[in-house]
Amino acid sequence: MIRLPLVLMFSALLFSAGVYGVLARRNAVMVLMAIELMLNAVNVNLVAFSSSLHQMSGQVFALFIIAVAAAEVGIGLAIVILLFRTRESINVDEVNLLKW
Amino acid sequence: MNIDYHALLPEFILAGTILLVLVVDVFLPERAKWFAMPIGLIGVVGSLAGVLSLIGAGTRESFGGTYVVDEFALLFKGFFLVTAVVVLALSLRYFREGGFYQGEYYFLLLTSFLGCVMMPSSRDLLLLFLALELVSAPGFLMAAFRKGDVKSNEAGVKFFIIGVLSTAVMLFGMSLIYGVTGGATKLAEIGVALDGVSGEMETLAFAAILFVVVGFAFKVSAVPFQFWAPDTYEGSPVPVAAFLAVASSVAGFAGLLQLMFVAFAGQHEFWVPIFAFLSIATMTVGNLVALQQTQVVRLLAYSGIAQSGYILLTFALVTDDAASNRNAFAAAVTYILIYGVMNLGAFAATVAVSRRHPTLGVADFAGLRETAPVIAVGMAVFMISLAGVPPTGGFWGKLLIFQAAIERGGTLGPALAVVMLVNSVASVFYYLVVPRQMFLRDAADPSRLRVPALVTAVVAVAMVTLVAIFVLPNVFARLAEISTLVGLGA
Repeated sequence: MIRLPLVLMFSALLFSAGVYGVLARRNAVMVLMAIELMLNAVNVNLVAFSSSLHQMSGQVFALFIIAVAAAEVGIGLAIVILLFRTRESINVDEVNLLKW
Repeated sequence: MNIDYHALLPEFILAGTILLVLVVDVFLPERAKWFAMPIGLIGVVGSLAGVLSLIGAGTRESFGGTYVVDEFALLFKGFFLVTAVVVLALSLRYFREGGFYQGEYYFLLLTSFLGCVMMPSSRDLLLLFLALELVSAPGFLMAAFRKGDVKSNEAGVKFFIIGVLSTAVMLFGMSLIYGVTGGATKLAEIGVALDGVSGEMETLAFAAILFVVVGFAFKVSAVPFQFWAPDTYEGSPVPVAAFLAVASSVAGFAGLLQLMFVAFAGQHEFWVPIFAFLSIATMTVGNLVALQQTQVVRLLAYSGIAQSGYILLTFALVTDDAASNRNAFAAAVTYILIYGVMNLGAFAATVAVSRRHPTLGVADFAGLRETAPVIAVGMAVFMISLAGVPPTGGFWGKLLIFQAAIERGGTLGPALAVVMLVNSVASVFYYLVVPRQMFLRDAADPSRLRVPALVTAVVAVAMVTLVAIFVLPNVFARLAEISTLVGLGA
């Protein structure tokens, strides 16, 4: 049995890695992956609490998050393909036509 | 597990319409694709009839109390469905003449509105998350709907990344709340459970609340999380910008109101300073940047940010006193509804002008008094109302928030009221830029602007509504009074 605080620390680290990825990565697909890391940190949290509290609703919540995350990646990739078609690049730093 | 089918009728009708629009689109020939809009319109009106049939039927619960239809929910559902009618009316000519995929657009738009309609009834973290995603996810695609336009692509990418990021942050907070409260996900249960935590667990609860607030602050474009909004609005098709500025942000506020006034009410000492900061920063930055805008959609975007600041102010007025909380809550609800009317009207006028001037610079509104008099008068009323000057509804909205702030007392309430007053005065300068162009400058092309009848109708109705609210404020104030939220400071 792994102790709950260790799992929570792991998920906090996973979340932070995701935030770092969103901020530091240039490639739009890698940004998508980093956001997936953040969502998975949430899932780890929910499942860990759910098992330590002996209560199911956290796991149900996690299942919904997995389904919604899949839908979001579908939308995200569609938008990235659109971006690639018009600009021949998916570097998010170059998406800077609109400012102030 | 009880399911009250009558209470869910509006959602069922809307969901059925969404599927119908999707299926019918496959069989329509290319020339008749616009037919998806009347089908959607009938469905939305049917759904609105469902909402009206529930008025006075009391509070009704479904799915074990996680989905509640009370007066607060009905008021917002009605508002969202009227907004849906307006956005559909604005979309018809814009999308028919622009060479867009119309069937898909109406499908996505109605799906977003289904999420909006679900939001004020969701009294559970899971349902709040699902409703919020249902609002945002089709919005990402709609923002990028001008497929060949680099600016629209950019709008989609920015909105998507910020939207998903904010959802992830909010979910992390929700997962911590689930743990801290020992497995509560219903908002009322969270409120009770959070009052019982102390010591280290309380610190964790504060962190969780902060995560959730930051997630929602992105959705309602509060400073410092506002940078996506002007870019997304400018790049999107104008009717989509109207949807994002009104329906999507009001849905965010509907969720935030429930979370803050029901679930986290006991921790107000922690989060009131956060909201005070968010509110002051949001209105000040929004107004200051709006002063320098030369593009009307961006101007409306920054004005929307400033207006979010006024609404956030009401959250900073929460105290231990239930009566004063109810005041702040009523002020927030009233202001949100009036804000919706005036902003929809302003976007409708913008849609009308975009037919001749797609770039929508401020100078493109020059001489509108001759080329489209109804639109010009309407736009002037909306701008005056957004600035909070009588004789318009925006004045009462601001007055109510101002009153609630003064009545809260202490140093925070009056201080916030003063900041709001200074901001309102500053905002008059940029709100009057557009009327000055319309009435004091001459158009380069003096021929009549051909405005679709539906758009003119929207402008006229919104204009009359705003003046009527000013003349008969009691009718409107009562609306907010009855909008009691179950579990609101008993």
